[in-house]
Amino acid sequence: MTAAPIRFDVNGVAHSVEVSPWKRLLDVLRDDLRLTGTKEGCGEGECGACTVLLDGVPVNSCLVAAGQCDGRTVTTVEGLARRGGDGETMLHAVQRELVERGGAQCGICTPGIAVCAAHLCDRGALAGAADPRARVRELLAGNICRCTGYQLIVDAVIAAAAAAVPALPPTDDAGERTP
Amino acid sequence: MQTSSGGSVGRSIARVDGVAKVTGAARYLDDLDLSGVQHGITVRSTIAHGTFDGLDLDPAFDWTQVTVVTADTIGWGQGFAAGGFGANYIAMLDTDQPALVPSGGRIKHVDEPLALIAAPTRALALSARAHARPRQTALPAVLTVDDALRADIKLYQDDNVFKRFLIRKGHSDDDELEIAMAGAARIIEGRYETGAQEQMYIEPQAMAAWPEPGVMRIAGSMQCPYYVHKAMKVVLGCDADQVAVTQTVTGGGFGGKEEYPSMLAAHCVMLAAAIGGPVKMVYDRDEDIAATTKRHPARVHHRLGLRSDGSIAAIDVDVIMDGGAYLTLSPVVLSRGVLHAAGPYRCDVVRVRGRAVATNHPPHGAFRGFGAPQTTFAYERQIDKAARARGEAPWVYRDRHALRAGDTTATGQLLAASVGTDEIIAVIRDAAGPAPARDGTNRHGAPVKRGRGYAFYFHGAGFTGSGEQRLAGRATVLTRAGGRFEVLASSADMGQGSITIFTQIAADALGVPPTHVRVPDPATDAVPDSGPTVASRTCMVVGGLVERAARTLRARIEAWAAAAGVPGDLVAQAAAMIKAGTEAGAAGAAAQAAAEIDPHHGAIAETVQYEPPPGIHWDDTTYTGQAYPCYGWAGCLVDVEVDLDTREVALTRCVHAVDVGKAINPVIVQGQIEGGTVQALGWALLENIVYKDGKVANANMTNCIVPTFADVPDLETIIVECPYPFGPSGAKGVGEIPMDGPAAAVANALEDALGVGFDRLPVLPEDIARALRGGGS
Ligand code: FES
Ligand code: FES
Repeated sequence: MTAAPIRFDVNGVAHSVEVSPWKRLLDVLRDDLRLTGTKEGCGEGECGACTVLLDGVPVNSCLVAAGQCDGRTVTTVEGLARRGGDGETMLHAVQRELVERGGAQCGICTPGIAVCAAHLCDRGALAGAADPRARVRELLAGNICRCTGYQLIVDAVIAAAAAAVPALPPTDDAGERTP
Repeated sequence: MQTSSGGSVGRSIARVDGVAKVTGAARYLDDLDLSGVQHGITVRSTIAHGTFDGLDLDPAFDWTQVTVVTADTIGWGQGFAAGGFGANYIAMLDTDQPALVPSGGRIKHVDEPLALIAAPTRALALSARAHARPRQTALPAVLTVDDALRADIKLYQDDNVFKRFLIRKGHSDDDELEIAMAGAARIIEGRYETGAQEQMYIEPQAMAAWPEPGVMRIAGSMQCPYYVHKAMKVVLGCDADQVAVTQTVTGGGFGGKEEYPSMLAAHCVMLAAAIGGPVKMVYDRDEDIAATTKRHPARVHHRLGLRSDGSIAAIDVDVIMDGGAYLTLSPVVLSRGVLHAAGPYRCDVVRVRGRAVATNHPPHGAFRGFGAPQTTFAYERQIDKAARARGEAPWVYRDRHALRAGDTTATGQLLAASVGTDEIIAVIRDAAGPAPARDGTNRHGAPVKRGRGYAFYFHGAGFTGSGEQRLAGRATVLTRAGGRFEVLASSADMGQGSITIFTQIAADALGVPPTHVRVPDPATDAVPDSGPTVASRTCMVVGGLVERAARTLRARIEAWAAAAGVPGDLVAQAAAMIKAGTEAGAAGAAAQAAAEIDPHHGAIAETVQYEPPPGIHWDDTTYTGQAYPCYGWAGCLVDVEVDLDTREVALTRCVHAVDVGKAINPVIVQGQIEGGTVQALGWALLENIVYKDGKVANANMTNCIVPTFADVPDLETIIVECPYPFGPSGAKGVGEIPMDGPAAAVANALEDALGVGFDRLPVLPEDIARALRGGGS
C-alpha cells in the first residue's frame, strides 16, 4: 500500500521517503530519518514529547500521518540549533536557557518543550502579555514534564523570550539551520 | 568538609548532560541503533485470579518469522553455560513472583506476563499477539484489603500478610498503651485513605538484551543496574561475569524503575536467548500504566491523645498497605511508612502497627517517598485537627510540639545534629504573609472559598537501620592518561542530576575544575556496586564515597609528585604519574608510579567502601534505635481557592521549605524539590488510578492525568541548610521528602476554606460536591 513517495523538508533538508501515507510522522522521523530527538511519551496526543513544527506550527507528531506532510516543512529539536561560522553549535536561546536554568532534568520531555517554546519565543507570543508567566503556562500546557514541577522551565522560557540575541529566523527561512 | 570558595560545590553549574538533552542528542534506549534488533512484546492475563491453562497459537497465522516464548519452552535449571536458564522468579526480597506464569500455574493479577513474542517489526509482533490466545480459568479474586485480611482466599501464606511491623515506645503492651491513651484530655481519631499513584515517567519502561559469547548483555532505562544484575543471575542461572547490565539515559524513574526493570530484563533475555540476537522491549503508555508498579494504596487509622496543654500524650497508628499480588518491595515500603507514621512530634508513648497485604492487584511498589507520603498525610491531617480542636494557629501548634535536637523519635532515636525544625518553622512563618480572604469571586466571576493549609514533616535519608552497612556500597575515582578523572559508581542519573553532583563533589575534593571529571554510564562490568539509586541516599551516601575516594586519590598523586619532584597542578601531576607509570622499563619514581597503576582499570584508581558514622545502633527485631543516619526536614504552605460552581480547586500559592543539609548544586536541588512538590500536588487533587475488577480502568494518559504547566502556581521554594556532619559538605537527602507533605497541606487548606475535612486522596471535585452537600468525604 506504498503510495507515491512523500517529499518534505525536515530541518532544511529535502527528503523523499517511501512509506505508507498512514505511518505516523513520529515514526518516519525516528525510524526512517533516524532523527531520534523527537520522543514518544504516550502516542495519543497527551504528553507533547513528540512535538515538532509543521509549516511552523507545533503539532503532536504521533497524531500526524506521513501523508499529511507531503510538500511541507518540518522542524524537529535537531533543527533548533544553528551551526556558527566556526562550525560550532549555537543553541537556540530556549535551549541555552533550559541548560543554564535547570529546565531539563531527565530530558525526555525537553525536545518537545524546546520546540514548542522556541516557536513561542520566535513568534513573540509573550510580547505584551500582562502576565508572561501565566501565558507560558497556558501555551505549554500540552507538554507534560514529570520531573521539574515546571517552574525552572517557565524561568527558562521567560529568559529566552527576553534575550536580546535574535532567536531563530522565521520558520519559512529554515535553510540556515543545521540538519 | 570541602568549603574552598573556588570550588564548584554550592554553585549551580549547568548539568553536565544538559546540552545533549536540549538538542535531542541524548540517546535513550529506544533511540539506540541495535543492528538486527527484534521487537518483543508481552502476552498478558486478563483475569485477576485463576489458572493459566496454556497458550493457543492460531494455526492460520504465519508464525515463521515470529518467536514465541513461554515458561514451558525454557530450559529451567540447566543454567546459562549449558545454553539454558536458571529459575523462574524475579529475585527481589522473595521468590514468589514468576517471570512468566507456567501453564498450569496460578495467575495472580490482570496483565500478568504469560508469554513473550518477538518479531523483526513491532507491527508483526503485535499482529502475532492478536493470534495468540491464552486459556485462563478464573477464580474469585481478592480486591480489597479487608478481603485479603479475611483470608478466605489465600494468596500469600495463610494470612495474606506479606509483612507486619510493630513499634512500641514508652509502653510494654497494648494495655499500657490504652491506659496512656485513656489518660489523655482529648483524643483526635481519624481514618485516612490514599490511592494508588502512577509514577508517569515520560519515557516508558524500555530494555534490550543481546547474547555475546559467554555473556548476556542488557541495557535499558533503570534506577538500579545491580538489582537487574542480581535478578538476571537467578533467571539465567549464571555467574556474575556472565551477565552485564548498563543503564542507558533514563527518562525519569521516581521509583517506578527500581524493581520493575528486572521483570522487563528477564523477558528480554528469554527472547534474546531464543533468537540468538538482540531484542528490545519498549512499553507503550497504556501497557506501562496497566502493568507496572504504582504507589501502594494505604489505609491509616490514627489516634492522637492530647493533654490539656495540647502536648501529645500518646500516638497510636495502624497502617495497612495493599501490596498487590507479589511481595516485591512491599516490606521495605511498609517499613518506611511505619517509621515515619508518628511524625516529627514529641511524644513518649507511641505504638505503630503496620501490615502489607496480598491482593489480586498488580504489585504496588516503589514511588518517591516510599510509604512515607501515605503516613505523612495521616499524621499531618491529625496534627491539623488537633490545632483546630484547640483553637490554636496550626503553624504555632506545630512549632510548639515538633521534634528538636535532644528529642527522641518513635524508635527512641536521639536526635543530635542536623535537625532543621527551627529554621523550617521560621522560614515558612516569614514567607507566609496574610492569609487569603475566605470569600470572593474568581476571574470567571464564580463565587469561591479560599483557605490556607500547612504541613510539617521529616524524611529519613539513606537506608533504614543497618542497611547501608549490610550493603557496603563502593565507589571508585580514578585518573587516566592525560590527567582526566572519572567517577565510577552504580548510581543511575534518571534526571535528578547525580552525575553532575558527583562531578562537583569529585572536582572539589581533587581540586580540579569540573570539566576535568567525567562520570561514565553505570555498567555492572565497569563500575563497583554503590547500591541502588533509591532512598534519598545517592548524594549523601554515594556522594560521600566519591568525596572520600577523590581525596585519597589526590593525596596519593600529590605524594608521588612531591617525591618525584613533579610541579604543577593535580591534572599535570596525574598526567605525569600515569605517563611515568606506563613507560617501559620504568625505574625510580616511574617504577613507583607503575606500582600504583591498577591493572584492572589501567589507571590510578582509588576505591572506597561505606563506613558507618560512629554510634549507629539499630535493632531490627524490636524496631528500635537509629532508624536513619539523619533526617531531612520540611514545611509546606498551600493556599487554595475552591470554585463553588464547578467545585474545582485552584492552587494559588505553594511555599515549600526543605532542609537538605547542603545544596551541592542549588538549582538541581530546587528542581528536585519542585518536581516532588508537583507530584504531591497531583496526588492530592488529580491523580487517581481506578481499578475495576483488578484491572486499571484508566490506563492511558487521557484519563490518568498528572499536573500540567497550567495546573500549578509559581512555586516558592526555600532551601534550608542544616548540615549533616557525615554527608559530603554536609549534604543529606533531597529526592523524596518533597513528595511527603504537600498533599496534607492541600487537604488542610481545603478544610480551612470549606470547614469540612477531607481524609481521602485524591480530593476530586465530586468529593467536594459531596462534602458540601453534607455527605462527608
Ligand atoms: S507521544 Fe505524542 S503527545 Fe505523547
Ligand atoms: S525533564 Fe523529565 S519529564 Fe521533563
